[in-house]
Amino acid sequence: MELVYFYILSFIVVVSAVFVVFLRRPLHNVLFMILTMIGVACLMLQLEAEFIAMVQLIVYAGAVMVLFLFVVMLVNITQADLLSQLSAVRGWAGALVAFAIFGVILTVFKVGGQTAAPQAQAAQHLTNTELVARELFTTYLLPFEVASVLLLAAIIGAVILVRKGR
Amino acid sequence: MLTLDHYLVLSAILFFLGAVGVMVRAQIIVVLMCLELMLNAVNLAFVAFARHLGSVEGQVIVLFVMVVAAAEVAVGLAIAVAIFRQKGAVGIDDLRVMKW
Repeated sequence: MELVYFYILSFIVVVSAVFVVFLRRPLHNVLFMILTMIGVACLMLQLEAEFIAMVQLIVYAGAVMVLFLFVVMLVNITQADLLSQLSAVRGWAGALVAFAIFGVILTVFKVGGQTAAPQAQAAQHLTNTELVARELFTTYLLPFEVASVLLLAAIIGAVILVRKGR
Repeated sequence: MLTLDHYLVLSAILFFLGAVGVMVRAQIIVVLMCLELMLNAVNLAFVAFARHLGSVEGQVIVLFVMVVAAAEVAVGLAIAVAIFRQKGAVGIDDLRVMKW
């Protein structure tokens, strides 16, 4: 049964990802990207990572994609811009490189997936959110603080970049 | 039976599609979006491994990836808007100045 769910979800995710890459209008790209994000969040739910799935929904599908939508509507992409593509040689070279990356990743996953031995989930009485929080505020406390500083720097940088009248 | 390999292959396909988008598309905004697609594929692989190994650390790493992705999107889109103000266009090829 969960295999059926997996195949339905991955079909949706892959098809909408193809639309993200190949549709011409950036607005359609953004909308299909939201669909992809929701599909990935459902897959994460299936993997019993409830907290990450909700963060994915709220932060990615909510905040980040709305930001994209705002910029797409703010930046008025004209018809000429839509038609301008990279030269055919560069496009094919890029696709070739992407295929090479795909091959490398599949090989690595083949090796990594075999050597990784499954273990039993520890501390079953805790919920997923509690487990994540416990790990985040003990082992990964310093990276957590650094991440907050990084976000602050990104906020200030973005505001300064788009400020008018320098 | 749903195994780790299912998720890894799906993640590889998503990453591949994102890479194609980054290399083929000509608008900065779409390229940024395809980068997000690649990061999402990586997140999926992290969560799949975390489930498979019975550890929660993979999920914590995913949180950090999301933080970096959000920062990257904010700065990247700000740069796109700044370029649009200066040049009136947001194509990859409008950024030739930095090459000289």
